[in-house]
Amino acid sequence: MATKTVSPTRMELTRLKTRLVTATRGHKLLKDKRDELMRQFIEIVRRNRELRMRVDEGLSVANRALAVSSAIMSPDVLEQSLLYPRQRVEFDMTFRNVMSVNVPVYNFKTELEDDTSSIFPYGLAQTSGELDDALTALAAVFRDMLDLAQIEKTMQLLADEIERTRRRVNALEYVMIPEMQESIRYITMKLEENDRSTKVRLMKVKDMVLEAAGYGK
Amino acid sequence: MKGCVSVMYKIAVMGGGDTVIGFKALGLDTFPVSDANEARAVFAKITAPEENYAVIYLEERLSLEMANEISRFTNKVYPAIILIPGRDGSQGLSLTALQDAVIRAIGTDILG
Repeated sequence: MATKTVSPTRMELTRLKTRLVTATRGHKLLKDKRDELMRQFIEIVRRNRELRMRVDEGLSVANRALAVSSAIMSPDVLEQSLLYPRQRVEFDMTFRNVMSVNVPVYNFKTELEDDTSSIFPYGLAQTSGELDDALTALAAVFRDMLDLAQIEKTMQLLADEIERTRRRVNALEYVMIPEMQESIRYITMKLEENDRSTKVRLMKVKDMVLEAAGYGK
Repeated sequence: MKGCVSVMYKIAVMGGGDTVIGFKALGLDTFPVSDANEARAVFAKITAPEENYAVIYLEERLSLEMANEISRFTNKVYPAIILIPGRDGSQGLSLTALQDAVIRAIGTDILG
């Protein structure tokens, strides 16, 4: 492997060793984080799929009923009857922290304008019964739709975080850590080599000095 | 509300006129659009930060031509853009999106 140019000094060696320790610990932590994220992600994906199917099913029921009612009623009447909703949706969003990912939590309340129990914003005289069915079906599926929105957003955010964590783990595992180990090995070898050459030089000098002083063989 | 610190978030439904009409009765903000260009314009308007839409339900049919716009919000905390089937039934686009997310996160399709 092509090593980056590192200056073979003791200072650099100490620095690299500390960084290696940090990197290894970071790698372990990130790996744990990735695994836990993965676990939660899979759970969420399962629930997402379930909800998605329920919502698709429910909406198609509601849509069918709506299609029938729009066939029975004239478009103008249909639009007029739905024009002014009696129900209001109070919607609030808070955040929950899942493994350092902020995911939204939706709270919602439906409020009727007055205290009649019907959600239908129209009189029953001019509209068809199918419209009632359609609205009831829609209202029923709406709670699931909100859950779906929450789950789906959570899933997207988690997917993003997993991707990022996975990259980091891989970068540490396959690039940073091996590179540092290589550099450390290189510096240690270089230092040892320096030591040896200094030693040899000293021995040589000693011999020369001794010879010059007449103690030679 | 005036003087209220906490922001109220809103829910929008976008799609063909006959898809969104039912949601109006539920008290949601509906945006009927007829074609992709109009959809893009409306989408840009309601995703503006000061609009406070936290959830946008978008009819599947429109999502094909708006993939770019939608993907800009994938990693944002809100708005959540959720595909819903239109009047002609589900086309399975949402499940494809789900699969994409799984592949992106895990690297393989575990759902099969």
